[in-house]
Amino acid sequence: MSRLRKSHPTADTSPNPPLLAQGSDWTFEELDRCDAEIGRVAREYGLDGYRHQLEIITAEQMMDAYAAIGMPVYYHHWSFGKHFLETENRYKRGQMGLAYEIVINSDPCIAYLMEENSLAMQALVIAHAAYGHNSFFKGNHLFRQWTSADSIVDYLVFARNYITECEERHGLDEVERLLDACHALSNLGVDRYRRAGSLSLDKERARQQEREQYLQSQVNDLWRTLPPRPLETAITPEPRFPAEPEENLLYFIEKHAPLLEPWQREIVRIVRKISQYFYPQRQTQVMNEGWATFWHYTLLNTLYDQGRLGDGFMLEFLQSHTNVVHQPAYNSPWYSGINPYALGFAMWRDIRRICESPTREDREWFPDIAGKPWRETFDFAMREFKDESFVAQFLSPRLMRELRLFAVLDDDRCTKLAVSAIHDEPGYRELRRKLADQYNLGSQEPNIQVWNVDRRGDRTLTLRYFPYQRRPLSEQTPVLLRHLATLWGFKVRLEQQAADGHVTLLGEHVMERRR
Amino acid sequence: MTVRIVDRRLDSRNKSSVNRSRFLRRFKTQVRRAVSDAIAKRSIRDLDSGEKIGVPGQDIGEPQFHHGRGGVRESVHPGNDRFSHGDQMDRPPSGGGQGSGRGQASPDGQGVDEFLFTLSRDEFFDLFFDELELPRMVKRQLARINDYKLVRAGYTQSGVPTNIHLLRTLRSSAARRVAAAAPYNSRLRELEEALAVALAQNPPDEAVLLQLRSEIESLRLRRRAAPFIDPIDLRYSNRIRVPEPSTQAVMFCLMDVSGSMDEARKQMAKRFFMLLYLFLNRSYERIEVVFIRHHTAAEEVDEEAFFHSRDTGGTIVSSALKLMTEIQQARYSGSQWNIYVAQASDGDNWGGDSEVCRDWVEQHILPVVQYYAYVEITDGEPQNLWEEYEKLTRAHTGHFAQQRIRTPGDIYPVFRELFRKRLT
Repeated sequence: MSRLRKSHPTADTSPNPPLLAQGSDWTFEELDRCDAEIGRVAREYGLDGYRHQLEIITAEQMMDAYAAIGMPVYYHHWSFGKHFLETENRYKRGQMGLAYEIVINSDPCIAYLMEENSLAMQALVIAHAAYGHNSFFKGNHLFRQWTSADSIVDYLVFARNYITECEERHGLDEVERLLDACHALSNLGVDRYRRAGSLSLDKERARQQEREQYLQSQVNDLWRTLPPRPLETAITPEPRFPAEPEENLLYFIEKHAPLLEPWQREIVRIVRKISQYFYPQRQTQVMNEGWATFWHYTLLNTLYDQGRLGDGFMLEFLQSHTNVVHQPAYNSPWYSGINPYALGFAMWRDIRRICESPTREDREWFPDIAGKPWRETFDFAMREFKDESFVAQFLSPRLMRELRLFAVLDDDRCTKLAVSAIHDEPGYRELRRKLADQYNLGSQEPNIQVWNVDRRGDRTLTLRYFPYQRRPLSEQTPVLLRHLATLWGFKVRLEQQAADGHVTLLGEHVMERRR
Repeated sequence: MTVRIVDRRLDSRNKSSVNRSRFLRRFKTQVRRAVSDAIAKRSIRDLDSGEKIGVPGQDIGEPQFHHGRGGVRESVHPGNDRFSHGDQMDRPPSGGGQGSGRGQASPDGQGVDEFLFTLSRDEFFDLFFDELELPRMVKRQLARINDYKLVRAGYTQSGVPTNIHLLRTLRSSAARRVAAAAPYNSRLRELEEALAVALAQNPPDEAVLLQLRSEIESLRLRRRAAPFIDPIDLRYSNRIRVPEPSTQAVMFCLMDVSGSMDEARKQMAKRFFMLLYLFLNRSYERIEVVFIRHHTAAEEVDEEAFFHSRDTGGTIVSSALKLMTEIQQARYSGSQWNIYVAQASDGDNWGGDSEVCRDWVEQHILPVVQYYAYVEITDGEPQNLWEEYEKLTRAHTGHFAQQRIRTPGDIYPVFRELFRKRLT
């Protein structure tokens, strides 16, 4: 792999500073020196992250952290035990190297270094996680908006203690059943479009409605002497509840499930909050990994150009780096979709190229950024986008050609698959739109909303599924309805509303917890 | 500013062990079934390791709302080497996923594969003992080597007064006193020589003599002032505890393999033998196992043949007992062998043979063995062998035990006496 032609941010000042990172064994002093040097270069590039902290852990602890989706503290649940066993198995069989790094979006940002890694790997991880991911966490609007880095660890500690307390008080089985149900619904437990903090407005509205109801009751009093008209009231359809469909299932459960105890609501809330915390990560995988990869590559190459790193170090580093950004072709036996590291890294590099040496094509496609300073463009792109919009905005024709992208249409009404766009002049825009859609969680995850609650009758909860591109729900749906019914406490129905407005019943689960 | 580096390697080693035990707890039935299968495959001697077991994948899935197969999907792939716009191709076979992108049914599609993992030795024992319904004390005792003996391991400078080693202590006391006196000795020698010279003068200078004498006297006093025993002289015998599985034992497994002993009964018998083996394994350093199977005639076989081959025909139990005695006299005579016998049968015996058995056990076997355990795996009425053995139970409590069993939970009482002896 060719190294980037770089511009020296600083000239070499000292004639012969000692090489960093000689040999493969690391010591704390050397880690410290590496971090200081990488940090110096990062500051010269203007990277801005939270303070960070490096933690040395063993392979086993890395697997632990893996099992608890990377968090340093987490509540206990059998599924984490299962993930641990899975990871351990694959690791022992050698099918999988452990992750180089886990980094936690918190302030201070915590980056884990595995003790088995060589010094070169540690340097790579420091550059990747402690400077790359860290600055992304701090800058990107989704993370700024949805996560509070300063309090997440505290919240997790609270969650673990709270759930442990519930287990002691109400029994393991009870809590486990509740958590199972919440986990099953967790990907429908996020607010997609609005910030959770805007509750004050809702409260305001609620208060206003209360006032209205009060006035109304006064009015009714005045009219009580009139004979009632039972026929007409029976005919008026009961207003739906909730008045607007609610996409956040767990939120709805937490606020409205009739029979949940307060502690159960709190646990629902915990799962919902944590799910929400991870939502930005799921939306920015390509950008985030690409960003971190771009920066470890750039920072370490800069250090090399300044004469601070030896050739041996660079060879080891480049070998790991190329493994990370390897993208097998569609017909390779190792192909398993687009590698987010590869795509992200290629895109960031391409943006820099467009800024620094644009071609005529680039000027035509990217008039706003072609020839502009690349660091400013980078910060803009990093702050304001998510994967979907990032691809839609910045994927260049040249990169599509380089990756030789093509789109395949799979329509179950046709007997064959069709190639719907390739990397050619008429296909660029199509291809880019399709790839962007692939990263749109809104279309990748089923759109299911809380539609109605039969408040006067048997309290049946009705959900409505709005299929995207006629895609059906997976066959696990009955199990999920059962979980939902556990939380709701009454009958749960799932309807499907097709594009033409036609509504069909997909399934229901009968449950009666009332005495 | 230097970065903060925290070394976490030493803290909270087994963070996920709670989650792991939760996992085992949650899938206890499945895991138990798997352990049961594993026991069937294992040798009874091979108990001290963990076990790799599998539970069905669909039982442990974590469902989420996802799209299923079908509808319209479009996916973008890299590495185009032959397609142009509008090309058509066949769907790849489902599950392959290549070329068609999201071919798999569900992204978390753990599917139906078995979920494999390794149970640690302790977890394996837990489940095994659970099945056998062992009392807790016994479980603890079996799962651990807890027999220690104290062996000498040199001397230390600290300890309890009863362990003071006098010889060593006095030796270091003497050495210290010699060393402490050394500087005075050379000075004394000089003074004594000077005194001799002074005395030889005629007439002696009284003032000099007095001075020399007083100096010699004070040096002698100081030399003597070194204490006879100082705390640093003390030496204690050091003893350390080492696990002690003491000596050797032989375990005879006797089993009826006539037609009526089916596979399920043999598996039950296997657990019975395993439990005894496990017990012996904790108590003895070396254990030999002899497998004797019998129908009308008895033979010594290896473990594989013992548990898995079948014969038909009648049953003469005494043939096995006699063979056992033969083997015992030929190979395991003498006092260095602790002999245990475990006999399993379904209770059938040739008419008239049962009395022979009882006599033989009483005359030839019980005098040489530590423990004789008999299980009858049956649902039916007790038969004459059981009745004859009952007389032995009464006469030899503590050495002979018998039990009729239907489930693995019934096995433990056979060993109750045996384990009780160890516990008190």
